[in-house]
Amino acid sequence: MPSVSMTVNGKPVFGEVEGRTLLVQFLREHLGLTGTHVGCDTTQCGACTVHVNGEAVKSCTFLALMAEGAAVTTIEGLADGDTLHPMQEAFRENHGLQCGFCTPGMVMSGVALASRNGAPGEREVRDWLEGNLCRCTGYHNIVKSIMAGARAMSGQS
Amino acid sequence: MYEFTYHRAGSLDDAKAKLSAGDDATLMAGGMTLIPTLKQRLAMPSDVIDLGGIDGLAGIRAEGDALVIGAMTKHDAVANSAEVKAFCPALAELAGMIGDPMVRNRGTIGGSVANNDPAADYPSAVLGLGATVITDAREIAADDFFTGMFETALKPGEIIREFRFPKPKRAAYGKFPNPASRYAIVGVFVAETGGGVRVAVTGAAACVFRHAAMEAALAGNFAADALSGLQGEAAEMNSDIHASAEYRAHLVGVMARRAVASVA
Repeated sequence: MPSVSMTVNGKPVFGEVEGRTLLVQFLREHLGLTGTHVGCDTTQCGACTVHVNGEAVKSCTFLALMAEGAAVTTIEGLADGDTLHPMQEAFRENHGLQCGFCTPGMVMSGVALASRNGAPGEREVRDWLEGNLCRCTGYHNIVKSIMAGARAMSGQS
Repeated sequence: MYEFTYHRAGSLDDAKAKLSAGDDATLMAGGMTLIPTLKQRLAMPSDVIDLGGIDGLAGIRAEGDALVIGAMTKHDAVANSAEVKAFCPALAELAGMIGDPMVRNRGTIGGSVANNDPAADYPSAVLGLGATVITDAREIAADDFFTGMFETALKPGEIIREFRFPKPKRAAYGKFPNPASRYAIVGVFVAETGGGVRVAVTGAAACVFRHAAMEAALAGNFAADALSGLQGEAAEMNSDIHASAEYRAHLVGVMARRAVASVA
């Protein structure tokens, strides 16, 4: 079986996978990082969003072998010990979740937006979230959270 | 997914060698269509050859008055390129309307054009701007490239290297997106080029096509009013759960007028 090595949340990892093994399967089933969720499994809902070399991608539509040598960040890699990442803190502060299933993807997508735009407006956040679905329809607080999280990340209160 | 062997090509020659060595090998650019297709078991290739590791296939550069975009250039790179925005804002806008941010981080212009999905955005820009498709073997004019639903003039094993876009005087893209997938239910790319006015319609029919009557009307008067009464031919339009053929035919007229109005 082919082998793959990559860095996940700063830690070098290695595993044997099939050609058809998805990155999200590798993360969840091989590494036990179950914070990354599989919602639709059809590239629509964004619950599986992770960062590969700093870019947000849907890990249900990304083969594990494509990540050879890459730096992958998952929701588990954001917090610094017991201190939440500013985007996670913003979701908690603004109650940016209801059932929580889409939240890991929302947070990872929000961090990706914030890295491009430190002060996104509501319209920009809503446009950006085209690829992240919340079936609780709890978008209002998610948008508030991402706006606040982006400002916190760029050092604005 | 059925089982397959994954390969990462190191060069175009390597990709071609691996493609001919496999029983039923297929190329993969960004994988945004191929991977979902494999997951639905609609394809069963023996080998998947990833073009993502080949140097020199991605990038944007000026070549005389033209702009050259490498086949593996991501939608996100085109959407945010200052060079593309200065050259043809409509092309950057079109790239920024594809899918969602995560899809734009992976999907490529070459993959989109080679796949020639009837509802893809890029074929309308390539045809509407009269671009040239440059493969490892030859140059193909856009007018000769798109031959049918998911069909192109590419020969088996032929790989797109880059696209050469001539600079338009003005251009615009009017798109009515599917609200879930963001594929074009109808997209109309309108351009005033050195070779005349071109109107390319995607999403509406089995394959992207040029609308001759609209081109003739706009050649005389580049204004939305010139298109009044013109729309798609319902008998040739797609019909599905998202839109009937009559609705699509109507949208062709609306999207074309909106596009023209935005740059007239």
